[in-house]
Amino acid sequence: MLCNVCKQNEAKVHLTKIVGDKMQKVDLCEDCSKEKGVDDPTSYSSEDLLLGQVLAGEPAPGESDPATEPGVKCPTCGYTQADFKKAGRFGCADCYATFGEGLEPMLKTMHKGVRHTGKSPAAFQQSRAEAQKLKLLQKRLEKAITEENFEEAAQLRDEIKRMK
Amino acid sequence: MTIHEFLVPPSVSCQRTGPNDQIVMSSRVRLARNLRKLPFPSWAKKPDRLRVIETIQPAVESLPQLDPHFAAAMDALTPLDKQILVERHLISREHAAKGAGSGLVVNREESLCVMINEEDHLRMQALRPGLQIKACWQAIDALDTALEPKLDFAFSPELGYLTACPTNLGTGIRVSAMLHLPGLVLAEEITRIINAANKLNFAVRGLYGEGTEALGNVFQVSNQMTLGESEPQIIERISKALNQIIEEEENARQALLEKKPKTVFNHIGRAYGILANAHTISSKETMNLLSLLRLGIDLGMFKGLDRAQTDEIFLLTQPAHLQRQHTGKLGAEERDILRADMLRDRLRAVQRPQVPG
Repeated sequence: MLCNVCKQNEAKVHLTKIVGDKMQKVDLCEDCSKEKGVDDPTSYSSEDLLLGQVLAGEPAPGESDPATEPGVKCPTCGYTQADFKKAGRFGCADCYATFGEGLEPMLKTMHKGVRHTGKSPAAFQQSRAEAQKLKLLQKRLEKAITEENFEEAAQLRDEIKRMK
Repeated sequence: MTIHEFLVPPSVSCQRTGPNDQIVMSSRVRLARNLRKLPFPSWAKKPDRLRVIETIQPAVESLPQLDPHFAAAMDALTPLDKQILVERHLISREHAAKGAGSGLVVNREESLCVMINEEDHLRMQALRPGLQIKACWQAIDALDTALEPKLDFAFSPELGYLTACPTNLGTGIRVSAMLHLPGLVLAEEITRIINAANKLNFAVRGLYGEGTEALGNVFQVSNQMTLGESEPQIIERISKALNQIIEEEENARQALLEKKPKTVFNHIGRAYGILANAHTISSKETMNLLSLLRLGIDLGMFKGLDRAQTDEIFLLTQPAHLQRQHTGKLGAEERDILRADMLRDRLRAVQRPQVPG
């Protein structure tokens, strides 16, 4: 059995991760396992990193990864898909936008869900609240126009203008 | 002032107590955050790492929650300094390996600790003795909220907080507790507990030692998934699991005392015998025997020795802590001798364990 990382040496170190009902395996040669710090129990990322890497390296079941073209680089930091396959990590926050499409199958195995349901920064919440308010005003404006309620429509139009 | 002069010595830090600290030694909640646009630490070149730390460090230092605090640049600390911080569980081994552009801000209470340019731009953690997961979450949530207006965190509505490694996406939260489980280990029930925790998507790792070898019967339970659940949900689930593990450990100890008391007293007695009389002893053996001493204390078998003192000895006999107390560079054999000397000295006034009740 060949090492999952270098794909050259014989795999001697086997990591098995059981998460719920799912089992994931990573097989490494001695050199790669030393390099990745696999025997360090306090480094959380080593095994997760490896699994991320291995999973990133495998083609999504039944799909071909659209961002695998070798030329695709993150415009902000220059990271490539190949860099991700090697390191299991991304180069910057914008990489998620650049390489986003291939991620979902990997995230499905890694996490409980693929959409964030937790805390968001206050600034984001505020801008989201504003965006929702704007949407609501637009709807009311359309309704007012349809109902030929032009006075109200004019007021709504002015309010929208003030918000933008 | 050096960081060691700033932090209280182990004799004081090991006195800190918390609920259920017989079994739960400490609780921690860590959040991972990154700035927009700037490359993550592993990919960034030095100038970018410096830009990150120059942006983040002043923002962190300005927070009143961290006062009094100490800020250290990782390249200004010696390898020994860094190893001591690892032994005190303030920084990860990965962070200790970092150099220029990485930093640390910690408060004297050691209840809040921020690593800059570790795997992510910002890894902030709240630590508390005993089982205080919710208090840790409240403290770190407040710190995060206080930092938000000062720093532009990379966040997407679909994927949440964006992190270097996809395994930390979303909440970026790692909730963990350090547990002392000698009962479950002696009763050979620990594998069952680990499997049960794994089914709930929690990782259980030996804190020391290689792979699954758990030295000192100390285990760390932590969440593995960070996306698709909210922080309060993760906190709630892991708190429930921890309470179950505490109950299991208490039951295991109870059962051992009822069914195999002589086995338990034998382990504890022999641990005391070796620790109080050895002339050379490895760090590994020390951790395992001190764990049994700690169990003996919980069972009321020792006079003149309490849990805080045992925890202090556990820390002081770690390699970097030992080295710090001696000027010449110590080899492994010399450390083993000095460790034994320290143990004999500390346990001189402690009487042999008495059968409880």
